[in-house]
Amino acid sequence: MIGINIYLLIIAIATLLSMYRVFRGPTTVDRLVAVDIMTTITTGLMVLFALYYKRAIFLDVALVYAILAFLGVIAFARYLEGGI
Amino acid sequence: MSITSTVGEFLVLFGTIFYFLSTLGLIRMPDVYNRMQTATKSATLGSLGVIVGVGIWAIGHVGSYSWVTKTIIIAVFLLLTNPISAHALIRAAYKSGIPLWEGSVVDKYKEALEREEGEQ
Amino acid sequence: MGEASKISRYLYTVIVLFVIWIFLTSSLDIQELEIGLVFSLVVGALTYSVFTESGLANFHPKRIIYGIAYIPYFLWAMLMANLDVAYRVLHPKRPINPGIVECETVLTNDVGKLVLANSITLTPGTITLDVRDGKYYIHWIDVKDASIEGASENITKPFEKFLKVIFP
Repeated sequence: MIGINIYLLIIAIATLLSMYRVFRGPTTVDRLVAVDIMTTITTGLMVLFALYYKRAIFLDVALVYAILAFLGVIAFARYLEGGI
Repeated sequence: MSITSTVGEFLVLFGTIFYFLSTLGLIRMPDVYNRMQTATKSATLGSLGVIVGVGIWAIGHVGSYSWVTKTIIIAVFLLLTNPISAHALIRAAYKSGIPLWEGSVVDKYKEALEREEGEQ
Repeated sequence: MGEASKISRYLYTVIVLFVIWIFLTSSLDIQELEIGLVFSLVVGALTYSVFTESGLANFHPKRIIYGIAYIPYFLWAMLMANLDVAYRVLHPKRPINPGIVECETVLTNDVGKLVLANSITLTPGTITLDVRDGKYYIHWIDVKDASIEGASENITKPFEKFLKVIFP
């Protein structure tokens, strides 16, 4: 159980690294890719938090978050493509 | 410390390492296409490891089997949707006119688009 | 392959929804099953027309066996792909050689094409950029062969031997 803190730390570092790309990224699509990766990582983070607090309800939150993030990224991508 | 906890913890560690690698690729690669190459694949495998790992870990830690089926649903959903969003993003990148990296060798898609315009 | 009858498509949708419900609630309590069946019937009636075209034919034993055999094969390919990508990211010189190549496929089914495109995206150094008239345009991180035949041999062939049985 001590290990879970280390995993959360690694995930935090990973999120910071992708944050760098969000601020720096030369084009809009670069930023969007970084945000997409961040949402994927956040889904994993929510599942880990569910284990940390031993609350199964957080798993449902993670599922709904994954669905909404997917829809958001698709909408942005269509907008950049000129489809909307 | 049961066997399921050990297996689950190992999977979670494996997944977090791939999360880290994916964001490292996001920083190191030279253009948006190559960034996407490294980032989406590793992040998907990392999620698979973390999410299924938590489900297996919970068998020993929480003492409930219901976590496994739920986490498998989330993992399958991510496995189905992540490549689709990667595909939408890379097409958006191409259509919004971002050039390929200067070291790229071929661009067959451009040739095909030009061929189509020539026919019309 | 033409469309299956409405009954068969509806039943297939209901069965799939019901299995997802069982996974989500992960209990075999009779009350949970009843409410799940009711919801599956209602949602199935609303969505079967967009959900499937071939209906119950998807449960053909041969297709299910190949589908199950495809999962470990795919996961293994995905793991190898990620180790390859990790090598490219961690290597100080960044050994990449990217480009967009063209591939062809023998698959005709739309769902099969979708699964093939997703599999390509998740495995060795390739992302599907576009699919037009059965031609795949693929961004490849390490172009070994730029011709159509060579690229197809490398990228689509390994998956097709499974997918052409699963999605005829």
